[in-house]
Amino acid sequence: MSEGRPLLEVQGVSVRFGALLALSRVSLEIRRGEILAIIGPNGAGKTTLLNVISGFYHPFEGRLLFEGRDRTRLAPPDVAALGIARTFQNVALFKGMSVLDNIMTGRLLKMRGSFLLDAVWFGPARRQELEHRAFVERIIDFLEIQAIRKTPAGRLPYGLQKRVELGRALAAEPKLLLLDEPMAGMNVEEKEDMCRFILDVNEEFGTTIALIEHDMGVVMDVSDRVVVLDYGRKIADGPPAAVRTDPAVLDAYLGVSHEVA
Amino acid sequence: MGPLSALLAPFQDIVQNPTFFAEVLIGGVAAGLMYSLVALGFVLIFKASGVFNFAQGVMVLFAALTLVGLMERGLPVPAALVVTALVMVALAVGIERAVLRPLVNQAPIILFMATIGLTFFLEGFGELLWGSNVKRLDVGIPDESVKVAGVLVNKLEMTAALTAGILVAALAVFFQRTRIGRALRAVADDHEAALSLGIPLKTIWVIVWAVAGLVGIVAGIMWGAKSGVQFSLSLIALKALPVLILGGFTSVPGAIVGGLIIGVGEKTAEVYWGPLVGGAIENWFAYVLALAFLLVRPQGLFGERIIERV
Amino acid sequence: MIYREAGYFKTTYAADQAVFPILQDRIFVAALLVLAFLLPPLAFSEYWLQAVLIPFLVYALAALGLNILTGYAGQLSLGTGGFMAVGAYSAFKISTAFPDLNILLVFPLAGLAAAGVGLLFGIPSLRIKGFYLAVATLAAQFFLIWLFNKVPWFVNYAPSGTISAPPRTVFGVMVTGPEATAAARYVVALGLVVVFGWVAKNLVRGRVGRAWMAIRDRDIAAEIIGVRPLRTKLLAFGISSFYCGMAGAGLVFLYLGSAETLAFDINVSFLVLFMVIIGGLGSVLGSFLGAGFIILIPIFLTNVPHWLGLPMSVALQKQLELMIFGALILFFLIVEPHGLARLWQITKEKLRRWPFPY
Repeated sequence: MSEGRPLLEVQGVSVRFGALLALSRVSLEIRRGEILAIIGPNGAGKTTLLNVISGFYHPFEGRLLFEGRDRTRLAPPDVAALGIARTFQNVALFKGMSVLDNIMTGRLLKMRGSFLLDAVWFGPARRQELEHRAFVERIIDFLEIQAIRKTPAGRLPYGLQKRVELGRALAAEPKLLLLDEPMAGMNVEEKEDMCRFILDVNEEFGTTIALIEHDMGVVMDVSDRVVVLDYGRKIADGPPAAVRTDPAVLDAYLGVSHEVA
Repeated sequence: MGPLSALLAPFQDIVQNPTFFAEVLIGGVAAGLMYSLVALGFVLIFKASGVFNFAQGVMVLFAALTLVGLMERGLPVPAALVVTALVMVALAVGIERAVLRPLVNQAPIILFMATIGLTFFLEGFGELLWGSNVKRLDVGIPDESVKVAGVLVNKLEMTAALTAGILVAALAVFFQRTRIGRALRAVADDHEAALSLGIPLKTIWVIVWAVAGLVGIVAGIMWGAKSGVQFSLSLIALKALPVLILGGFTSVPGAIVGGLIIGVGEKTAEVYWGPLVGGAIENWFAYVLALAFLLVRPQGLFGERIIERV
Repeated sequence: MIYREAGYFKTTYAADQAVFPILQDRIFVAALLVLAFLLPPLAFSEYWLQAVLIPFLVYALAALGLNILTGYAGQLSLGTGGFMAVGAYSAFKISTAFPDLNILLVFPLAGLAAAGVGLLFGIPSLRIKGFYLAVATLAAQFFLIWLFNKVPWFVNYAPSGTISAPPRTVFGVMVTGPEATAAARYVVALGLVVVFGWVAKNLVRGRVGRAWMAIRDRDIAAEIIGVRPLRTKLLAFGISSFYCGMAGAGLVFLYLGSAETLAFDINVSFLVLFMVIIGGLGSVLGSFLGAGFIILIPIFLTNVPHWLGLPMSVALQKQLELMIFGALILFFLIVEPHGLARLWQITKEKLRRWPFPY
């Protein structure tokens, strides 16, 4: 479960695109070791929130603290260096590369050495390559995608692409994993597999996970806490059961009329 | 003279000889408008099909070659013009069939490279059909200069400028006011959405490439009358690229403004600063100017900012 | 059957990572290399060496360079000719200024000079992408050619404006200059290509190659995994220009003997781009296949009509060459955008399964 100082703190963050206020004074925290679900209607700003954390957008007000230090204005590669990895709504795999290479790219930050050593291959470069290959193969085993490791990523069906993208994020051994609709477009079986992977990652490696998800069943099963966004604002924050019955949430999102309990 | 004063001396010269400077400017404007004519063809095609048509220059050349070739075989000018126009339309149809349709879903860079291939093919083909010697293109406008308000002005260049102006105005109206123009803008924005609205993509593309071909005829006539119809014309395509960078790839007025900036810039640099470094600055000035521009404003003067959604 | 892929299981990751995993392949390639070094100098005619093999090797280096930049890193460049020129003129200046320097060192040094220039012109690539970058590389192309034309220091003040390969020997054998035999020059070229081809392969199959491909495929996602775009792109420009620089030096020192800027003009940039497109973008093998293919077409056009007894004027030949190049580009882009390299892969797969269709 969650203990100690939060891993990530979002404090009063607001993001604007021209005249459009995408996020308005959003504050939340992600605690170490937990699985946090971020839900809300379309256009609520969920992906924007992830993008701010990833460093693609900078908020015009508010702060982001990671492990207690201010990290508001970092560029994406620096955010990656902190130990934050993510997947995208539209699957941002490198279509021209094989599955294996895609996941190996996730190891990039862990790979040391200069291109001069790489040019010679035999020696430190080769040793390192093999070490990382061994690590990536463990991820491939974990995600059960051995059969497709040499297939170019562009040729895979959507569900498998999402799995490969998860693999690439895991390869970085992240402290915080951000998943943007990891189960979109999947059938029931694939969703079950994905849930299992997410839970395993959280339990076995202790990775903190924040995921955007629309399937309420998944959210209830998987998450420790839920944050609800609507029109760029946070409207609820708490354990799944509490959020499920919160009237503000029901109004905005779940669409169930109030019943006298 | 120290290097700094050598660099600054031309400014003195400009102030002291305003008439000459005006002539250089006018020459630059005229050259710039010629570039704009070529750039217009690019813009049309890019606006409507998203294709960066590297072959625009060779299309200008091909148009000029055909026209001259027909005239040499005895066809009177009006007939030759009509036949050339038909040839360019046929070329557009051919290009749509052979190049655009098979590559319709590919990345823009692939289409760009395809137009490079097209360029080489048309260059060889044009030479095959019409021979490789330089030809004179006489459209009845003398290449001579007249003094206007004490400044020397070239008749041919002025005609070209006027033609370019008329063409641009016509095209601007076409895009903004007519139904086809609107359809073209829709297609440029989003092929699939346009398709789903029932806009006939193939017809549109043929129309656009044909219009670009016709613009090419005009450009070819102007260039050919000025410097003869020869293969260096296809190099003009390369010069049009900096014009497009300055003016933006999708803006018709931008093509003009870009052309003017490049034309004037080039001429001024060559005349005033060229002698300092041995001349021939024109070979690279336009590109370096475009490069400097891109560093400051990657989308050009009139272009649209490319926003990538994550 | 002697050649068998089935039943050969790679039991270590090391085996999987190897360039030639199958033992027969390794033996084959080793034999081929030995043969390549020995046979042509001893048995091939001067014509074949001079007109086919040497230019093939020189352009293969250039194609490797451009493929690294455009095929792997996805940065379109039309400045190849300019970078080759930097290599050629640097090699000339270095070898004439230091006549005792071993000529074999001059090539990589020329490459380094070109790499420096490449880095400079690569700096805009962070802000500028796609076609815009192509136009920026045109700036490099035209400016560099103008520079070498205008500044007589580069040609050691020769009135002819050309640079010539000075006579140099390696182990007592004349390898550059008018006295050098085609065989000697061929061996040097082959040596360069073997060494630097191997280096290129090592770079693209490891960390650096993956970073390049990430930038090419999706540079936003690349940033997410920690790729630093400017550094990666600059590395691509630098290494690519290194190869093009060596190719340029090779063009003058090993192939033409002497040259002027015309040998490096915009047409060369297009020619090498064609080699890379036809051979296969993002493939080391493709660079070689493309270079060979493009070199052979004019040879073909010169000789075949002659063999068939049909006369063909030089002009017609040039025109057909242009048309064939153009048509081939279109053909490959439409039918097989991954070029000859992919066709080769497909052929191998079909051969594996032959005569079974699946």
